[in-house]
Amino acid sequence: MARVVVDVMPKPEILDPQGQAVANALPRLGFDGITSVRQGKHFELEVADDVDDATLAKIAETFLANPVIEDWVVRRVEA
Amino acid sequence: MRVGVITFPGTLDDVDAARAVRYAGGEAVSLWHADHDLKNVDAVIVPGGFSYGDYLRCGAIARFAPVMQEVVDAAKKGMPVLGICNGFQILCEAHLLPGALIRNHKLHFVCRDQWLKVENNETAWTSRYDKGAEILVPLKSGEGGYQADRSTLDELEGEGRVVFRYVGENPNGSRNDIAGITSANGRVVGLMPHPEHAIDALTGPTDDGLGMFLSLVDSVVTA
Repeated sequence: MARVVVDVMPKPEILDPQGQAVANALPRLGFDGITSVRQGKHFELEVADDVDDATLAKIAETFLANPVIEDWVVRRVEA
Repeated sequence: MRVGVITFPGTLDDVDAARAVRYAGGEAVSLWHADHDLKNVDAVIVPGGFSYGDYLRCGAIARFAPVMQEVVDAAKKGMPVLGICNGFQILCEAHLLPGALIRNHKLHFVCRDQWLKVENNETAWTSRYDKGAEILVPLKSGEGGYQADRSTLDELEGEGRVVFRYVGENPNGSRNDIAGITSANGRVVGLMPHPEHAIDALTGPTDDGLGMFLSLVDSVVTA
């Protein structure tokens, strides 16, 4: 088994209202100096050894992310 | 004429969609998300709600339901398909319509009666309207912001494929005030507002939405 991480983020040109709301809350909470927040999704998959990179990319592109509005990155990590 | 109305786990507006079909003189046929069967319908409505709890992304899981694979095949052969609210999100995820819908720009769930301008009355679902007519129907959604890249927006605008546009203040941050769009052949339409909730002044703000269902009945009769 291997652990695979898929990070999904809104594309830079797509409005991210959730990230903006977080960014706007920070000064109210007394945290200064944070100029921007983008909010995305982080998936952790436990993957059998025979699942290849092409399959993982297909999972990310067709299901975990919507490429119209989101970018994605697949990483294999130490479990 | 037989009009299928799909029910997914979490669908809310299938009953009102079926009622709208009957008001327009059609026969409403219930379709189940888990079936590979369109029951010989002439058209399909993908209704609103929160299919599969909106988990992952709105419409992302419903898109892979067995019945949707049948809908995609039928739409590619020219069957009229209407996606309302969550149904619009599902049609975008299924690539029957371009673009995507994201969280409202002010983050609030918007629930109000909304004026729309009819920009295209040549689709299977809008022929009963006058071009430029304004209609009042409910809007109730938290993720109704229509997004697409510049080239897609230019294509939609250039080909007249924006079907409905919000009138007045943009309720959700949709690009170009877009409330609804259509496929290149004018058979598939998706919109965030709810025409099926405005078919009788007794139960809705107006009966302005009924025209979409009457248009469909016309289109199948003439086809």
